[in-house]
Amino acid sequence: MPDFFDVSRHLSPEERAIQKEVRAFVDARVIPVVGEHFEKGTFPLELIPQIAQLGLLGCNLHGYGCAGLSEVGYGLAMQELERGDSGIRSFASVQGSLVMYPIHAFGSDAQKERYLPKMAKGEIIGCFGLTEPDHGSNPSGMRTVAIEDGDSYVITGTKRWITNGNLAQVALVWAKVGGPNGEVRGFLVPTDAKGFEARLIHKKVSLRASVTSELILEEVRVPKDAVLPGVRGMKGPLSCLTQARYGIAWGVIGAMHACYDSALDYAKNRVQFAGKPIAAHQLVQAKFAEMMTQITSAQLMALEVARLKNEGKLRPQHVSMIKRNNVRAALEIARTCRDILGGNGITLEYPVMRHMCNLETVYTYEGTHDIHTLILGQDATGIAAFE
Amino acid sequence: MKILVPLKRVADPDNANKVKVNGGKLETTGLEWKPNPFDEYAVETALRLTENGTNPKARQGEVVVVTFGPKDTETTLRAALATGADRAIRVDAADDALDGDLVARALKALVEKEKPDLVLLGKQAVDGDSNQVGQLLAEYLGWPQATFAGSIQSEDDKSLVVGREVDGGTLKVRVTLPAVVSVDLRIVAPNSVRGKHTPPTHAYADGVRFAALMAIMAAKKKPLAEVKLADLASDTALKIKYTGFELPPARKAGIKVKAVSELVDKLKNEAKVV
Repeated sequence: MPDFFDVSRHLSPEERAIQKEVRAFVDARVIPVVGEHFEKGTFPLELIPQIAQLGLLGCNLHGYGCAGLSEVGYGLAMQELERGDSGIRSFASVQGSLVMYPIHAFGSDAQKERYLPKMAKGEIIGCFGLTEPDHGSNPSGMRTVAIEDGDSYVITGTKRWITNGNLAQVALVWAKVGGPNGEVRGFLVPTDAKGFEARLIHKKVSLRASVTSELILEEVRVPKDAVLPGVRGMKGPLSCLTQARYGIAWGVIGAMHACYDSALDYAKNRVQFAGKPIAAHQLVQAKFAEMMTQITSAQLMALEVARLKNEGKLRPQHVSMIKRNNVRAALEIARTCRDILGGNGITLEYPVMRHMCNLETVYTYEGTHDIHTLILGQDATGIAAFE
Repeated sequence: MKILVPLKRVADPDNANKVKVNGGKLETTGLEWKPNPFDEYAVETALRLTENGTNPKARQGEVVVVTFGPKDTETTLRAALATGADRAIRVDAADDALDGDLVARALKALVEKEKPDLVLLGKQAVDGDSNQVGQLLAEYLGWPQATFAGSIQSEDDKSLVVGREVDGGTLKVRVTLPAVVSVDLRIVAPNSVRGKHTPPTHAYADGVRFAALMAIMAAKKKPLAEVKLADLASDTALKIKYTGFELPPARKAGIKVKAVSELVDKLKNEAKVV
């Protein structure tokens, strides 16, 4: 992958070592198996203990057996994972940013002790239930409700497009307390609770090496202490999404890396017309010039946002910009690389089309491209265009 | 058991095409460095010998890693500390002020100071492929040596049975500790190392271990001492003089033969292989 502006000179020795280690792990353990899992539509369960042992789960959190990486270190770890496959990075994003992070930030001490060490070890897997069949881009319209009943809450509703749903022992379910106009709270629901069912979503042609589910909660009773005490309202789920989107914006640089390297290698070796490699042709060179520029722009933006995050100056709009920009760039690069690989590009012998298909999901999940456009539009004009 | 592992960083062999020769000297700026793979196997072996494989976090001995080179070779040492080595020593020296004999003599002095039970090292570095340091060091120390180890079995950490890969099979030798052992590729297979503390039923993952991210962060707090080369070797003159470097000639393009008979003719009369 190009590092045109030598941005790696800004990395600390530990951050370099982290990137190197995760890269070596992905080369040795993820890339050799992930194509077959993608083809079969299965998640590589055997990787969970290895990913946990490496310390990748919740790796930017401090304490509770988490690695406590810098924001750049966390971004690089996600980047290297996604160089393997967006599905593997999604697994880590959901576990770390969408479940461990809110427990760490908003949970009670008892919740932290109960969940975080085991989640860091991969012994408890979590999923995040926000999106509903009828409420995607507008989650605040959710219908899932939690009704107080004595010393419990009784939760009813349906959540859809839930990564890790059928793997999880605990689901962080966002629901309105008391009724449709109630306040949104987060509930840690054990997935073996009575009335809880996870149904696998089949027939996906994207993120095939990832578990995606629908969660059905029919009067699921949880004790009062299952609620996350530290946050109320949409700020709860949205702050989790800011964390996860930050990881996505870094992660997709890894997908760009895999596609770019594959296409460059192919273009230098594929000979057509007058014995020249296709890399010598002007139209192909124009593609690489554009991709190199896009990758460089993604790297710089990610690094700058990491600095803002470390300085405590991060706004969610910053993350909207890098999620929107970097995922779009990654998707365009994957499509261009598929083009460069010609017919070979459509097979799983090369990583390119697998990444391309995955990135269609990444383009949509965690705030669609268009929603992030509107967030930025509102930031520029001061006028919300959502309604 | 206390084990000393000498480590060398080498230019990444996967980027060999970036190596440039400038005025009869190797140009090292801009090269990516990585630990010599055989030395990484030696670190892995040392860790397996000083732990219970079922609970590798509790150390059952000490592994000290040492390298020779400028300040930035500390990256190589930190990486070894991250995988589990207990402490590190950097012998400050410029890359081109070293040769195998000088390193072996300096290591002798270091061994006399550190008093390890075992010196474990890669059979050779993949840059110069000299394959000298282990053998010279054993000779200078007057210690037994076993080279190209593909397997090691500890006998209560008093002696080792070392399987050496030789033509047509494995030669097993017993060395009494302290000793010098150099390791080959197969030493990192799941059952190659039988340490004192690990149950014989335990199988390791194939290859060298990955450092946990937390261990990478913690490695910067592990002790890393700097020693001057002159403090270990009074005579730092080199015995090997490099008179020049040149890149291998570029491969010439092949030719196309028109018929099998032409191919056979060329194999017979030009290549003279049939």
